[in-house]
Amino acid sequence: MIKLKETDAVVIGVGWTGSILARELTKAGLNVVGLERGAKRMPGQDFTIPSVRDDLKYAVRQELFQDTQLETVSLRHSPAETALPIRRLGSFLPGTDLGGAGAHWNGMTWRWLPSDHKLRTHITERYGKDAIPAEMTIEDLPVSYDELEPYYDKFEKLCGVSGKAGNLRGKIIDGGNVFEGPRQNEYPNPPLAKSMAGTIMADASKSLGYHPFQAPSSNASEVYTNFEGQTLGACEYCGHCERFGCEANAKASPNVCILPALLADQKFELRTHAQVKELVYDKAARKVTAVRYVDTRSGEEYEQPAGIVILGAYVFNNVLLMLTAGIGEAYDYKTGKGAVGKNYCYQVSGNAVTVFFQDKEINPFMAAGAHGVLIDDFNGDNFDHGGLGFFGGAWIQAGPTNGRPIATRPVPPGTLRWGREWKEATAKWYNHAFSIGASGCNYAHRENFLDLDPTYRDALGRPLIRMSYNFRDNDFKLADYVGGVLGRLAKAMNPTVMSSPSVKKGDYSVVPYQSTHNTGGTMTGTDPKRSVVNRYLQSWDADNLFVMGASVFPQNASYNPTGVVGALAYWSANAITTQYLKSPGPLVHA
Amino acid sequence: MVDDNNPIRRRNFLMGAGTAVAASLAAPVAAEAQSAPGAASVAPDVEPLLTLTATEHAFFVAAADTLIPADDLSPSGSQCGVATFIDRQLAGAYGGGARLYRDGPFTKAKPELGYQLPLNPREFFRAGIAAANEWSRKTYGKDFDRLADADREAALKAMEAGKAEFSGFSSRMFFNALLDLSMEGFFADPIYGGNRDMAAWKMVGYPGLPATYREDIKKYFGKKYDKPPRSIADFS
Repeated sequence: MIKLKETDAVVIGVGWTGSILARELTKAGLNVVGLERGAKRMPGQDFTIPSVRDDLKYAVRQELFQDTQLETVSLRHSPAETALPIRRLGSFLPGTDLGGAGAHWNGMTWRWLPSDHKLRTHITERYGKDAIPAEMTIEDLPVSYDELEPYYDKFEKLCGVSGKAGNLRGKIIDGGNVFEGPRQNEYPNPPLAKSMAGTIMADASKSLGYHPFQAPSSNASEVYTNFEGQTLGACEYCGHCERFGCEANAKASPNVCILPALLADQKFELRTHAQVKELVYDKAARKVTAVRYVDTRSGEEYEQPAGIVILGAYVFNNVLLMLTAGIGEAYDYKTGKGAVGKNYCYQVSGNAVTVFFQDKEINPFMAAGAHGVLIDDFNGDNFDHGGLGFFGGAWIQAGPTNGRPIATRPVPPGTLRWGREWKEATAKWYNHAFSIGASGCNYAHRENFLDLDPTYRDALGRPLIRMSYNFRDNDFKLADYVGGVLGRLAKAMNPTVMSSPSVKKGDYSVVPYQSTHNTGGTMTGTDPKRSVVNRYLQSWDADNLFVMGASVFPQNASYNPTGVVGALAYWSANAITTQYLKSPGPLVHA
Repeated sequence: MVDDNNPIRRRNFLMGAGTAVAASLAAPVAAEAQSAPGAASVAPDVEPLLTLTATEHAFFVAAADTLIPADDLSPSGSQCGVATFIDRQLAGAYGGGARLYRDGPFTKAKPELGYQLPLNPREFFRAGIAAANEWSRKTYGKDFDRLADADREAALKAMEAGKAEFSGFSSRMFFNALLDLSMEGFFADPIYGGNRDMAAWKMVGYPGLPATYREDIKKYFGKKYDKPPRSIADFS
């Protein structure tokens, strides 16, 4: 173990949150070390035509994702079962390397609804104090929509988000998302170009009285220079967004939007191939005094002392590092005590309807990652849940993200998967079909949580995170309700053929991709006994430790989490630089 | 496609012939496929093998040609290089278990927990083909690649339904992996050895590269895209 000289702050993981915190802390005069387990990846070198368009390498063989040979998580569907490791990624795809998953996301950039911010209070007020079932352990996010609004705005400006406001300072605007909270500013860029699928979706939605709008997208519709002086290119609609890097620099990523400025700053030092193994926790002093990391090129271990520690890994490693260091109390599902690992949530998806149009050319390969037309009429609490037997909802979207034919080649229901009939159907319908999909809220359940696996270990010898997770009654009812809406929308499109909305049933499966929107485990809250970090994302048990990312969510809204994650990073950075640096100690007194 | 009279129906014929023959046979494949999809004159896949045995290669050729039969839309799977693609994939990082967590203990699991076998893909297909041929011999009296077209179809359907009895793991699991890998070979960029002459992309109308549609997305709104496909190789 080689002991290094103390630095002002260390950032664990250099993705969106690590880059934002490092940038804000260096601007405040601190020396910051960034520890990234993966390699240095930069668009000009790593994401170039022609090889960036390699469907097999990136989308199928998963070039940019966490290497599950070295690190994974295990799953059991209930605490009565024995968990087994997820041996191959499928359901979700955590990133690695510089920029993290921010280099290969699709760019959907949302704000939570004001009611999502105060979920428990909102549901109780609207549906009564007994409305929330005992096993549904949902909470309020202890930061209101109005408090977070300037930070949502800042992250949208960092990314150059393309879209159209639906609520500008209280004025409702047709064509934007009329259900969103009031925003102070219009989106930095206009919406992306219309697609045929999106146009069909918009027409069908309007005919049913719904309120269609184009996805808020971090695929820049125009060339854009952000407040960091970084320039994004204009989107090429290449259809290689999710799972790929962007050669046009049009997809916002830490690598494009912030890292060039950060890497040029003498106060920042990036160390790649530096995998943090453990946090050194002084319980009596309520501080994390250092972090220990392994140089993955040599196996050599280092100890890096730091004044401030920013935990900005993905959900699973955030929880792993907290649990192995013994910071805070581990959650016990039997007693409900403890909070580390509690309220692990995901998202409810997978009941898409595919529509086929004999006479319409869809050109699915001309697409961007966040290029759909959506409705939010059935999201969150935008509709009355009285008598429905569930809470939450889903965004509903149509519009392909790609036409890459290894995976995207829809055929009508009942078609064989191979042989002559399959060939004919594939050739006939490839350019004439698209799906209407939904992404649903996932509300916390007492028996859905994360802890340490007793059997399986990672390449560093640490226990894997064990996920106890399954879909619950609320999720199935939500999915069925939303499936009904998908069916109505599909019929209103008057397609030649359509699939039926599938009924959601059975156990959560790790095989088909659903979303990389894993949340919770280090939830933020107002009570140190029922949460891991306070409203500024500061650990209740270590004053100099701040935890970033979706692991702080009390539960998952339907939205892709990056917009909220980015806004909370700026919110926390502001608290550190304006309050904590002046007076290091707890920012909230319980 | 492949009948008992075809001299190249088992790889061992070529083993002595050397790669010069393979290369000279391989070259016209692309040219002919270009002019006439599915033409009966298209030569079979004769690339040198990296990892597959002759028996395994024959199995993949027969399977690919049953899953993706030659017709007016495209040449057969093997004529498009699917077996070559599979050979190269199984010889490389994927076949060796890249990105696959392989620590034990290994136990039987419900399908929702995903792949739980100790085998890497190379080992999985080695065991799976042995099991498939064993079942084929028991059921039809000969190896899968020697079956007539109708029996091959029936055999694959039995595996797809999990009704073919394999030792070790289910025939359904084997079939699904075989189908996935074959479709990857058919639709992936030709640089990997399959999708020769971009036959699969031509079949569906996928343009491949460079995929810069900033102007075209407006120009081709609601219209069929009419430019021929291009591969990574065309830009390298």
